[in-house]
Amino acid sequence: MRRVHRLALLSLLAVLTGCGRSDVVVGSKDFNESTILGEVVAYYVESNGASVEHRQRLGGSPVVWNALLSGEIDVYPDYTGTLRQELLSELKLKDDDELREALEERGLRMTRSLGFDNSYEIGIPNKPTAEAARRFGTDDLSDIRTISDLRRYPNLKCGFANEFVKRSDGWEPLKRVYALPQDDVLPLEHDFAYIGLANGDIDVMDVYATDAKVKVYDVRVLVDDENFFPEYEAVLVYRADLEERAPEVVSAIRRLEGKIDVDTMTTLNARTMLGGEEAARVAADFLNTTFGLEIVPKVPSIFERLARYTWQHLLLVATSLSAAIVVAIPVGILAAKQRQFGQVLLAAIGLLQTIPSLALFVVLIPLCGLGALPAIVALFLYSLLPIVRNTCTGLTDIPAGIHESAQAIGLPLFVRLWKIELPLAARSILAGIKTAAVINVGTATLGGFIAAGGYGVPIFSGLRLGQPYEMLEGAVPAALMALAAQGVFELAELVCVPRGLRLKPAD
Amino acid sequence: MLRLEGVSKSYGGTTVLPRTDLELQSGRVTVLIGQSGCGKSTLLRLLMGLVEPDEGTVWFGDEQVAGDQVLELRRRMGYVIQDGGLFPHMTARGNVELMPRFLEWSPDRLRDRVAELAALVDLPVETLERYPAQLSGGQRQRVSLMRALVLDPEVMLMDEPLGALDPMIRAELQRDLREIFRRLEKTVVLVTHDMNEAAFFGDDVILMRDGHVEQRGPISELLERPATDFVREFTTAQRAVLGVTS
Repeated sequence: MRRVHRLALLSLLAVLTGCGRSDVVVGSKDFNESTILGEVVAYYVESNGASVEHRQRLGGSPVVWNALLSGEIDVYPDYTGTLRQELLSELKLKDDDELREALEERGLRMTRSLGFDNSYEIGIPNKPTAEAARRFGTDDLSDIRTISDLRRYPNLKCGFANEFVKRSDGWEPLKRVYALPQDDVLPLEHDFAYIGLANGDIDVMDVYATDAKVKVYDVRVLVDDENFFPEYEAVLVYRADLEERAPEVVSAIRRLEGKIDVDTMTTLNARTMLGGEEAARVAADFLNTTFGLEIVPKVPSIFERLARYTWQHLLLVATSLSAAIVVAIPVGILAAKQRQFGQVLLAAIGLLQTIPSLALFVVLIPLCGLGALPAIVALFLYSLLPIVRNTCTGLTDIPAGIHESAQAIGLPLFVRLWKIELPLAARSILAGIKTAAVINVGTATLGGFIAAGGYGVPIFSGLRLGQPYEMLEGAVPAALMALAAQGVFELAELVCVPRGLRLKPAD
Repeated sequence: MLRLEGVSKSYGGTTVLPRTDLELQSGRVTVLIGQSGCGKSTLLRLLMGLVEPDEGTVWFGDEQVAGDQVLELRRRMGYVIQDGGLFPHMTARGNVELMPRFLEWSPDRLRDRVAELAALVDLPVETLERYPAQLSGGQRQRVSLMRALVLDPEVMLMDEPLGALDPMIRAELQRDLREIFRRLEKTVVLVTHDMNEAAFFGDDVILMRDGHVEQRGPISELLERPATDFVREFTTAQRAVLGVTS
């Protein structure tokens, strides 16, 4: 019986972490265009007869790059500029031929351009708000046409995507090359920068050539008059071993070269970003038009989506919480029995709790890879403290007389623990588990950031796309699940807390 | 039967019991009396092996109360504390039957023994189905007594067993206890701070002060021939308040 459980658990983990592998695993970064390109690749390869898994929104460039290097994914869309200037910047590659050689050395290859150059650009508002106009010193910005022109306005507030702030083709070198005087830089989510620009909270932001929101938010794109930004030709990067494993996949991938121009990509972006359409539908439409295919996109109904999110979320919570219970109760017992050691132990576990949850999730990626595993490990670590502490408190709060009586009647240590001490601490232990469960349900939504699935997926996707309804698809069920968890443990209290402890004293 | 041989005990630098030799007589009630903090409870705990002596040896017959045999020896001693120390998550019966069940007694033997003890401590059998929270203070002590007696121990160690009871119930239980002790002829060590209670139970009274024995003997001897000024003060102070009956 126990073995069956373990097998079931392992196979569930395998499904979640992707051990049951498809012919080809497509990856994509955590922004809209990358998702669409990933869907295009996935559907096109699939229409050529291969089995495909698309692991969407894996993270930023380094995360996806490492996933490709480690073989977790086989192919993903990227840009030549990103590869040369960011991922392989220390090699100072001059052109795409050198880039190809550098990739080959790492067992990787790339296609020719998919057909568009998605270069970074710098944007300012066309019409500044009153607040922004004060910083510009004028409300007529029509004189500002090039990035060089920004030198005249030292007080501007810049809002750049986190990645752009740190990249070797990002803000710092840009500032140097153009001798820009601005120092007030706020790193933020790219999609929020548009809102900031429109509200006058920031004056300068980074944009992409294919950004659909440039028009909507009335952004003025400045000319890169020093030719600072390299080319960002969109390409597909894939593992060289894919040529032997699945040559038909590689030739399919190659057929996508030159098929997507800047206008097409901008339109596809606009349909998802602004029209709220599913990336899968947009990608399928593109392929159907371009290649005369009849792909029906697998856009799940809201119920299917909810069922999937719920299942994934439940699995994250249940696995991590059970593991935490199994570990934390014995640790709590140890902490109660060895007071000094216990203090050290509690302090150490308390320290874990202070690590920002998102940081912990991301830190675990190099150790556990992407997907459910790092999320489960992080949730496990977070669940430890409430259970350990409540187990310890529950045991140390047992009145001395009862402790002494249990010893005095001659019960051996473990029987004492099992028959007397743990039942008496049951209420406290259960309360600890309940706290852990509720926190766990909430924290598990961060799994949406690292491809762990669950309610975090719609929450973060909605956050990025600025679509509150999509966020609700995750936020509401997550809240309900937290309430349900609370309820379940309240019921468990009726079963687990001995009746004698729930009585009011008679006299 | 119970013997301390050069035993001392201190907690965190404070000596609770300086080097002490003491022998307790079999088949009799020995009363340990003294002010709170005089070491009488520590003495009791040493006898049960609940605390280990810093030096010296505690003997139970010719066995040492230490190491692996402590559990075995504790089962040959019954222990009753002030508030009973009943396990609140078990019924009265559950408390009494815990050890016999652990030792895998037959159901018949267990049933007979529990009925016998309930009669002995004068507790209605239906009371046994209640949880400690549903019992009165006196009933709790009677159940506690049953639990201590269930394995038919050779020694009973009682730490202020009646200290938390109101006077009427206390007097009633005192009489019952003395009767039970007499009938069972067990070796009893009873800790109290109450001269009246000591006089009521004690064949052999040990008056303690700061961890050492101030005077030992029959109660009449302590009253009539106090060995030190402290003994005189202690006995007269309490007599003035209560009036000793013996």
